[in-house]
Amino acid sequence: MGAAVALWPFIDQMNPAADTLALSSTEADLSPVAPGQQIVVKWRGKPVFIVNRTKHMIEEARAVPVDSLRDPQSDEERVKPGHENWLIMVGVCTHLGCVPIGPHEGSYDGWFCPCHGSHYDTAGRIRKGPAPKNLAVPDYEFTAPDRVRIG
Amino acid sequence: MSTGSFQPKNRAVRWFEERLPILSLLHGTLVAYPAPRNLNYWWNFGSLAGIALVLQILTGVVLAMHYIPATGLAFDSVERIMRDVNYGWLLRYLHANGASMFFLVVYVHIFRGLYYGSYKAPREVLWMLGLVILLLMMATAFMGYVLPWGQMSFWAATVITNLFSAIPVFGDEIVRWLWGGFSVDQPTLQRFFSLHYLLPFLIVGVVILHIWALHIPGSNNPLGIDVKGPQDQVPFHPYYTAKDAFGLGIFLIVLGVLVFYMPDALGHPDNYIPANPMVTPPHIVPEWYFLPFYAILRAFTFDIGPIPAKLLGVIAMFGSILLLFFLPWLDRSPVRSATFRPVYKKTFWLLVAASIGLGWVGANPPDRVLVDFGPDVDAIADQVAAAYAANHDGAAPAGDVESLAGLREIAVAAGMSERDFETLVAEEHVTFDMVHLGQLLTLYYFFHFLILLPFIIPRVERPRPLPESIAAAVLKTKAAPAAAAAQ
Repeated sequence: MGAAVALWPFIDQMNPAADTLALSSTEADLSPVAPGQQIVVKWRGKPVFIVNRTKHMIEEARAVPVDSLRDPQSDEERVKPGHENWLIMVGVCTHLGCVPIGPHEGSYDGWFCPCHGSHYDTAGRIRKGPAPKNLAVPDYEFTAPDRVRIG
Repeated sequence: MSTGSFQPKNRAVRWFEERLPILSLLHGTLVAYPAPRNLNYWWNFGSLAGIALVLQILTGVVLAMHYIPATGLAFDSVERIMRDVNYGWLLRYLHANGASMFFLVVYVHIFRGLYYGSYKAPREVLWMLGLVILLLMMATAFMGYVLPWGQMSFWAATVITNLFSAIPVFGDEIVRWLWGGFSVDQPTLQRFFSLHYLLPFLIVGVVILHIWALHIPGSNNPLGIDVKGPQDQVPFHPYYTAKDAFGLGIFLIVLGVLVFYMPDALGHPDNYIPANPMVTPPHIVPEWYFLPFYAILRAFTFDIGPIPAKLLGVIAMFGSILLLFFLPWLDRSPVRSATFRPVYKKTFWLLVAASIGLGWVGANPPDRVLVDFGPDVDAIADQVAAAYAANHDGAAPAGDVESLAGLREIAVAAGMSERDFETLVAEEHVTFDMVHLGQLLTLYYFFHFLILLPFIIPRVERPRPLPESIAAAVLKTKAAPAAAAAQ
């Protein structure tokens, strides 16, 4: 028991340090992002995709029956009401962490991961390939109509 | 360990020996150690592995005098070693290619053990210590590959650490703990450097145990039979020191060719691009010595019950080595050497072929097609029906869904253009690709160890008679040509 307690600091030192935890939010200006375009911002050392989706992309995402998905999630659950065109997600494949290419790539007009061939749709949901989950949606909020704070 | 005939004549040496008998220990290990008289060249690879380890430690320690484990400086410090540090290029190329040579000789050493049954009683612990060394080597090599902080370094670190995210419940926590952050970054690089420096010395420790465990029963030999007496043995020095020195010469020639003529042949050019967390290179491939395991990882593209494909791949990859710990109990045949096991000998070579084949699969993109069986009519029919359902109510019109011509008519009726249909036919093919080959070879790998060895071979194999003793067998082969010549 005492030995286990003494061991803990040696294990826990490997967890993210206080300063690493403190670097946990990023702001982005959305005004230059035209419909159909994507910008990539760095958040916690990872790429975050900020996509200004076209009407067509949103329709494509909403036409899919949710039950047919590997990780069932509706398009509405992945965006904020009033900002349906803005899809904001961590650009890290849920398989083994590569950065997918896109938008408008793969078999579903969304993202495609070149490492092991996962296809994501226009809502960033996994449709085909080895990845188990949809691209993660981080916590974020709109601080102004064209400004967003991630984290 | 035999202290044998160590009788120092020098008084000072004798004085020291009485207080710390380390010289007699070394003498017993490297000079007097009685080894079977029939060891062939496959027995060179153990000592070569030891020499490769020493080479890695020597070059590594001096490289660490110039390398900087910081994300903004690591890549540049490696380039500085290559360009500005005196002989830095030589030391780094020796270290990088030395790692490849180390794995090469260790893999040969392991397959030699498999062929001649060196894992069997009484050498089980010796075998398991060897596997521990292999696992430590893999961890060390992986972390070392990350240090130059090129694109391959960064993405290898990302993909491999992400393997642990497949662990149920705690996966993400464990990955964050490994990273020390939210992605592979400064804390990750720095701890990898620390461990990359530490682990080789742990390997040295386990190697000492490995040699100790070797010297309890003594070396196995190509006949796989026990030593019966001094007539079966020769002292390690000068017989095997000479033989090992010859092998070392060959080893150094190969290493020299790699270092001086093709130093980057085994590496990946993308690792000369500084790490960029925002862009993944299009083809991520591990170093050659990890390719078979990478192919096993990728072979699992399907879930089995509640276990997702990703977890299955990770379990199979680690399992492919962990099951070797059970090998002494999976293979119950009392005959060690494959020379006297006609069935095992064949399956052994199949295993070698499967392992090399897995390496080839691992080096190739998973979707590379090996055999194309032509258009997949069923898949095309499904797509055409889906296209019809999207544009019309009700089921697709009846027609010939078994032939491409029939499907074309339905497709046109569904509102699909001729060109879209042609694209569909071009895309939907029944194929045999790299992943399928990887699945077959992975199946054989596990089948060999888990089914063939414990259940099938014992039923069907009749081992050939073993020779009476090593000396008898050796003298017989020596005598046979002489006798033939005499007649």
